[in-house]
Formats: sequence, C-alpha cells, structure tokens
Amino acid sequence: MSQDPKNKPVDSTTPSQPPPSPPAKAAAPPAKKETEVPAFEKGLVSQIISRFGDDKIKVAYIRPLRMKVNVEPLDMVEVATFIRDNLGFDHAESVTGTDYPKDNQIEVIYQLGSYSKDDIAAHILSLTTRTSRDDALLPTLINVYRSAEYHERETFEMLGVYFEGHPRNERFLLPEDWADLPPLRKEFRIRGR
Amino acid sequence: MEKNLEHQIDESEKLGMQIVKESEDDRLMTLSVGPQHPGSGHFRFTIKVDGDYVVHCDPDPGYVHRGEEKMCEYRSFIQNIPHLERPVIHDSANITYSYSLAVEELVGIQVPRRGQFIRAIASELDRQIYTLYWLAIYGIFLGHSTMFMWPTGDRELFIDLMDALSGARVTHAFNIPGGVRNDIPDGFKDKCLRHISYFEKRLKEYEDIFYTNPLFIQRTEGVGILTKEDAIGLGVTGSVLRASGVPYDIRKAEPYDVYNEIDFKVQYMKSGDSLARAYVPLLDMKESCHIMRQLLDKMPESGEVRAKLQPTPKGPPGEAYRRVESGRGALGYYIVSDGSPKPYRVKISVGSFRNMIALPHLLVGSKLADMPSVYWSLNYWPVEADR
Repeated sequence: MSQDPKNKPVDSTTPSQPPPSPPAKAAAPPAKKETEVPAFEKGLVSQIISRFGDDKIKVAYIRPLRMKVNVEPLDMVEVATFIRDNLGFDHAESVTGTDYPKDNQIEVIYQLGSYSKDDIAAHILSLTTRTSRDDALLPTLINVYRSAEYHERETFEMLGVYFEGHPRNERFLLPEDWADLPPLRKEFRIRGR
Repeated sequence: MEKNLEHQIDESEKLGMQIVKESEDDRLMTLSVGPQHPGSGHFRFTIKVDGDYVVHCDPDPGYVHRGEEKMCEYRSFIQNIPHLERPVIHDSANITYSYSLAVEELVGIQVPRRGQFIRAIASELDRQIYTLYWLAIYGIFLGHSTMFMWPTGDRELFIDLMDALSGARVTHAFNIPGGVRNDIPDGFKDKCLRHISYFEKRLKEYEDIFYTNPLFIQRTEGVGILTKEDAIGLGVTGSVLRASGVPYDIRKAEPYDVYNEIDFKVQYMKSGDSLARAYVPLLDMKESCHIMRQLLDKMPESGEVRAKLQPTPKGPPGEAYRRVESGRGALGYYIVSDGSPKPYRVKISVGSFRNMIALPHLLVGSKLADMPSVYWSLNYWPVEADR
C-alpha cells in the first residue's frame, strides 16, 4: 500500500489481489489470454510506458502477477533504473536467455521481484531484450541490480552473450577446459541425441 | 615503528640505496577450499588470507554441473520429472513441485483438491528431511557430533513417511504435473501425526543441546552479519533472507495450491548473523509441523489425487514462471514452450545459486576460523546451485 500517489486509483483493486488470484489463475489457465487484463499489473506497466513511451516499451503480456516487457538493449539500463527506483522491484531473481535461431536472436530475460514492498511481493516483472546471435552484446545491469552478477556470468557462459561492463565475462559452471559452443545455444547438440 | 621505517627509507634514499617493502603478494596466502574438501560439499572456492583474516574470496561452482536445463530440452514434460529431482535428492518433492505448477499453467491442467493437499504434505515432509540433513552437517562442521547424530536419526521419521507415501526413501518422483503419483496409504494420517508430535519434542531438545550451547553461540553470534539492505540488494532468499529481517516466504507472498487456506506465520529474525541463519530453519521446522497438522486436518477424505493427462501432454506456445518455497528458499521454473510435447527452454532458478553471492560478501574481512560457520549457515546446496 506504500505505492506512489499517482498509483492510488490502481491501489483500490489490490485488496482482492494477492491471496485470491493464484487459485483463480490455477483454475483457468487455458482461458487466460481471453480474460481481461488485471488492473493492478496494468497500472505498473503503464507507469513504465508513460515514462518511456510506446515505441520504446513493447508489452509482451500482462497476466495476474506476471508482466513481461521488451525493450531495446540501449534502453536497458535506463528502464531498469526506473523500475528499481519508481516501481520498487529491488532484486533480480534470475537472469537467463533463450536462443531463437529462426529469428537469429537471443532473448535475455531478467525476472525482477520485490522484497521491500508488500503489494508487489507476489509479482514478477520480466524485463527482456533481444540481441543478435552473431554479435551478442548487451549492457550489464549489475550497477542497477547487484543480484544479477552471477546470473549474468552464467548467461554469458551458457549462451555466449557478452555483457559490456561486467567485470567477469568468463567461465563459471562449465569445466575449465571447455572449448565448445555455449551449451544452451540450439546448435549445440547432446551427443547421441 | 612505521615512522621509523619511513625515516629509514628517506635516509637510505639520500645515500642512493633502496629498501624494498614487502609486497602484498608475499604476505597473502591463497587457499583452495574444495571441491572434494569435506568442509565444503562439492563446491570449490579460493580464498586469500592475510594472517588470520580473509581478504578475498572467489566461488568457483560447477563441480557437479549436470546440464539439467539442456537435458530438459530433449525430453517430454513427463519424462523430465525424474532427472529434475537429482539436484536436491532430499528435497525432491519441492523441486518437482514448482516444475509441476509451471507445466500445469502451460498445458492447462486443473489439479484435484485432494491432490493439492497431498502434494503440499509431501512438500512439507521433504522440507523437514532437507532441513534436518542441513542441520546435521552444520552441527558436525562446528564440531558438535551429537548434532550430527540426532537430526540424522530423526530424519528417518520423515523418510519413513515419504517411503510409505511414494515407495522411495529419496527421489520420490511424487509431485507430478496434475497432482501426485498415488493416493496416501491406510493409516498414514495417524502415523504422520504421531511422528510430528514426537518430533516437536525433539526440536526442544535440539535447542537445549545445540542452540543454547555457549560454544555454538560464541562461534556464530555476531559472525558474518548480513544487513537487511545487503540481503535485499544481493537478492538472497530463504532462511538467509529471513534471518536478515525480511519476512518473505513464497508460501505467504504468492500462495500456491492450498497454502492460502493454511494459517501460519513467516518466521524471521533481525540480527542477520550466523546464529540467526541457523535459528530460522529451526523455526521453519516448527512452523512446518504446524502446517502439516492443518493440511492433514483439512484434507478431503476421498477423491481424485491426479488429473487425467494425455500420454505426452502439450499446450499452446507460451511461457510460465512459477515459484515455490523450498528448504533453501524460492525455487522457480521458467519454461518456454513452442507448442511441442518437449519444452523449448527450461530455466531452474534455485535458492542455492542466489545465496552464493553472499559468500564472498560475508567472508571477506572475517576470520578464517569463521569460514565453516558462515559457509554452512548460507543453507547452500552445491549440487542444486550447479544443476
């Protein structure tokens, strides 16, 4: 309930928000795309859009407790700083990537959560960006989210996305003598399969 | 002394001589802890010590990396269950729980109410099994061998219950998309209540012999303090987070299945030291007994325990991110589906990996002798972090 004053009209919908929504979500997963967009989540996303504009922020989906927005790599730091300071998402739960060889792109996704604000404790805001597979280069977010440090390092190793500004784009989980493709790229095949 | 040295340097420079100061590299000693060191599990980290004090710490996970996420892309949603529980064999009900929730969201499965209760019971039982194992290890590495024997013995109570429930002592493959694998056996409820009553008495004895032991308190109180701001900024989770004064539990924050019908408190402490991080799991175990009693009480007497599934269930293209509270904190699955029976991408977001970032943060500046009490208090399970 400690939202910004401008979020007050949205807040009025929150009492029916955290406890009842998960069962409702579990009850009707197939119909979730047709149902109306939840108001509180929409309010959060519209705050980002009103700051940066429609052309910079592409909303992938807004569902109960889950939101996903796509931004360009160059806007990542600015948008992430805004999300941290104004919306209250204070840590990155996980950072990972998905390889899309058909589009020749890799999508990197930051799952952002909040510990300090009760009304968004259940929410996950997914901040995503896409980069080319041939020259996978993204700005690091560790100066905004300290918690992303090891996750970005893992993403570099597993998908070959170089995080510019990250002090250690180097081997982490894989063997020291690993000299193959980044294993989570689709062209890396498990032997015999 | 220092002034005397500077004076000597000045004097000698006047004479055209040079005194070479001892460099930092000469003084520091690098130690490699693990990955087969009995004090670290299967986890390696290098530390540099200056005398007694740790000045640098660099975690190097991956000794037991199995490529779980890649393996998932080659198997169907159902085939993935048995290998996904390998990272934490003691807590396999929880690691398949959030996977099941995510698959159910993607495929569109409604779990029967009795099935929801039973898998919450299995999840609570595994939380006890894991936490007792962790407590045993914490005890032995602080030199308290009784604290190794007691939890290891009492852990058998819950292993027996899971054995009766699923047929396997560990790696049960019990919580699956659509519910649980089989119904509970006859007499399970009475046996479970009996074991819980006994265990609650034992928890008091744990406090008497271990948690109030002056030796234990001296080694943990005020050691490795993680402030609330750092805990939030570093994004740690589970007991590490709650020991630093953040009452955050997924079961309360984002209740899944039947947890919104259960009355329980989020256990947390404010001091943020190793003692608090050791205490919070004990409080969690107490609360878990309380939760289990309610689950057994409220569970419907009869009904389906598993939704009927296709042999190879698949849903429309899409993605899901679902979390549960495991023994080591939030455990989330991010699954991308392209509409085929096999997932396109699976990301396992585990508490151990998220808590690892606190290790260098806490160790640097502390004494080398505090290393075991800080490291094991992080509730870190190397196999889970490596995946």
